[in-house]
Amino acid sequence: MQHTIIALVEDKPGVLNRIVSLFRRRNYNIKSLAVGPCETPGVSRLTIVTDENDSIRQNLVCNNLLKLINVIEVEDVTNVPTVIRENVLIKVQVNAQNREELKNIAKERNARIVDEGERSMILEVTESVGKIQATIDVLRPYGILEIVRSGKIAITRGDDRPEIKNGVAGRGTESSRATEQVNNYLY
Amino acid sequence: MGKEKRELTGAEIFWECLIREGVEVIFGYPGGYTLPIYDALTKYQDKVRHVLTRHEQGATHMADGFARASGKVGVAMATSGPGATNMITGLATAMMDSSPIVCITGQVPTNVIGTDAFQETDITGATLPVTKHSYLVSDIRDLAHSIREAFYIARTGRPGPVLIDIPKDVQNAKTEFVYPTSPIVLPGYHPPRRATGEQVSRALEMINEAKRPVILAGHGVLISGTANQIRELAEKGNIPVATTLLGIGSIPDQHPLNLGMMGMHGKAQANHAVQNADLLIACGMRFDDRVIGKVSTYSPKSKKIHIDIDAVELNKNIKVDLAINADLAVVLRQIIPGVRVRKHAHWTRKIKEWIKDADRRDILNKKTDVLIGAQVINKIWEGTEGKAVVVSDVGQNQMIEAQYYGHDEPHTHITSGGLGTMGFGLPAAIGTSFAVKDREIWVVVGDGGIQMTISELATAVQENANIKIAIINNGYLGMVRQWQQLFYNARYVETPIYSPDFVKVAEAYRMPGYRVDKIEDIIPTMRKAQAHQGPVLIEFVVEKHDTVYPMVPAGEPLHEMVRRPHVPSDAKEN
Ligand SMILES: Cc1ncc(C[n+]2csc(CCOP(=O)(O)OP(=O)(O)O)c2C)c(N)n1
Ligand SMILES: [Mg+2]
Repeated sequence: MQHTIIALVEDKPGVLNRIVSLFRRRNYNIKSLAVGPCETPGVSRLTIVTDENDSIRQNLVCNNLLKLINVIEVEDVTNVPTVIRENVLIKVQVNAQNREELKNIAKERNARIVDEGERSMILEVTESVGKIQATIDVLRPYGILEIVRSGKIAITRGDDRPEIKNGVAGRGTESSRATEQVNNYLY
Repeated sequence: MGKEKRELTGAEIFWECLIREGVEVIFGYPGGYTLPIYDALTKYQDKVRHVLTRHEQGATHMADGFARASGKVGVAMATSGPGATNMITGLATAMMDSSPIVCITGQVPTNVIGTDAFQETDITGATLPVTKHSYLVSDIRDLAHSIREAFYIARTGRPGPVLIDIPKDVQNAKTEFVYPTSPIVLPGYHPPRRATGEQVSRALEMINEAKRPVILAGHGVLISGTANQIRELAEKGNIPVATTLLGIGSIPDQHPLNLGMMGMHGKAQANHAVQNADLLIACGMRFDDRVIGKVSTYSPKSKKIHIDIDAVELNKNIKVDLAINADLAVVLRQIIPGVRVRKHAHWTRKIKEWIKDADRRDILNKKTDVLIGAQVINKIWEGTEGKAVVVSDVGQNQMIEAQYYGHDEPHTHITSGGLGTMGFGLPAAIGTSFAVKDREIWVVVGDGGIQMTISELATAVQENANIKIAIINNGYLGMVRQWQQLFYNARYVETPIYSPDFVKVAEAYRMPGYRVDKIEDIIPTMRKAQAHQGPVLIEFVVEKHDTVYPMVPAGEPLHEMVRRPHVPSDAKEN
């Protein structure tokens, strides 16, 4: 089963290496990984998708991540109401006969045409993972030249910020304190 | 306190920071990329003692031994490249055993990092899996706070090794030295403290209802300084205590509730108690595979409470009923008042039977012509009144030390448990000698292990370290030979080991050396060694084919121990 984990980490050299190295050394598999800045300067936000079937091992993934000194918060959002999106760029072959047809498909499927060439066009899709797959399947017969995917990004629904539900009791409060501290620390 | 402001070099800042961390001794070996730091040492020699070792691995084990004996952070230093890579075994040893050390490495200048410059190694990369954290200081302005954080991280939470890699140009750069005095803020690092009220009441329910409880005391008991509390908990609830290898010293050896060490070479009564218990209270231990044997048959009838400061250890190897991620010292304070006074008469009687049976099989009752390792350890115990700090190496010598030297106090037993690093004993004991001045320090080491770091004998003599080195010479890599004997049809492939004349080696290093092969000579020779202030080597020539019993073969159920045949009916084991 795939698990989606959100991690907030200090934006410092080598931090990503520590995280990736941890996955390798503990023999966990990463399906996708997306990193970027978040609302707090100095903090990067990661969305990591793993395929760990064993729930105990999955819990260990989170605790191992949290154990890294530069990792501030970790939340497994697999069973939490979450908006999950992925951004995909698809370069598909096109000719005079099917250009209009492809444009219609793009429109129906909520894909933006971001570049049009003589023999190809680039579609951009930002959607849930299932819809992305469906779009790719529809485009495949036309001849897909290239696909690039950003990896999943996730944000929980509702008014709350990530709170650690996965760690052992007591972590929740510690973690909110961590957030406060990072705010004080960074400005 | 006001801020101190001075223009200093990176090398000077380095020493200033170490002194502020209370460092009095550092173990190291110089080279091209630590030259500025060594040159600056001339200004600080009245405050910090640098011990020149004979190998960087030795330096790390010395720092480790110092740390385990003192509870303070141990410090080791090496140059870049080969110096740094020589530290990896020491870092891994400290990592596995949660030992707080800070290792400093020199690095090539920042402008050539990544170019395969002379003696360049990506040491922060190479040591990632064997350090708690690490720093590559690429700007002199980061130096002081990185050192401060490194010491803080090493000693707090679950302690561990931290590496600081300092490029040569950073050592030479100058900046205004402002020692940071504000609290250290690490947004992602918050060692847990308390158990929740709910956890405390559940733990108490389980403890007070148990009929056959056992406390499992690990290294965390020593690290958190809770030996007295463990004893209080044990005595109040009449709960027997089994220890891990590194938990030895959590409870006095002769305490009526002490079951002794558990696991692969544990005492029979400890393993039987674990297997038959209805409650395990695991304190600061990590259910290592050497402790649990076969997972599926481990302590099948018990509920389990696991208290550890490292959340990763909870539910890792053994699924438990109550996992408490907190500081053991705080949890015990929370729990002990609610523990009911109990007798557990039936359980105690059962345990006494197991102990009686184990005593009957004891090798010490056996009359032999040749020395037996267990007898040597027993005599060392007698000759030191059980009060020495004993640093053991790895192998049969380590296991018989654990079985036969009755340790009564925390931090009097130092050994490489998690990594099982041969060659740890001698350098770790030298490190210990800088922390322990009021007790004898003995090294128990095999003929194989001593040869791994034998060059540190020179360091011992140079520093006049007051250590007594007992080489248990069985002519074999004994523990491996034992596995070959039991599991490979006694085909002793590459385990007989040639050794030099150890007495002559001692003489060559200009230290007293003795050879003992009779039991009646042990104590008189010890007296000579004890009378000498400084290192002494004693070689004990022992039975070549002795076996450490009991033994739970790897991955077998804990209660299926291979036991020593009854005395005196067994004439010879092989
Ligand atoms: C550095 C290292 N290499 C290899 C081993 C594997 N090993 C474990 S015990 C042992 C034998 C140790 O022999 P010796 O030092 O003579 O001690 P004995 O078991 O004979 O008491 C070996 C080779 C190890 N633990 N560490
Ligand atoms: Mg040997």
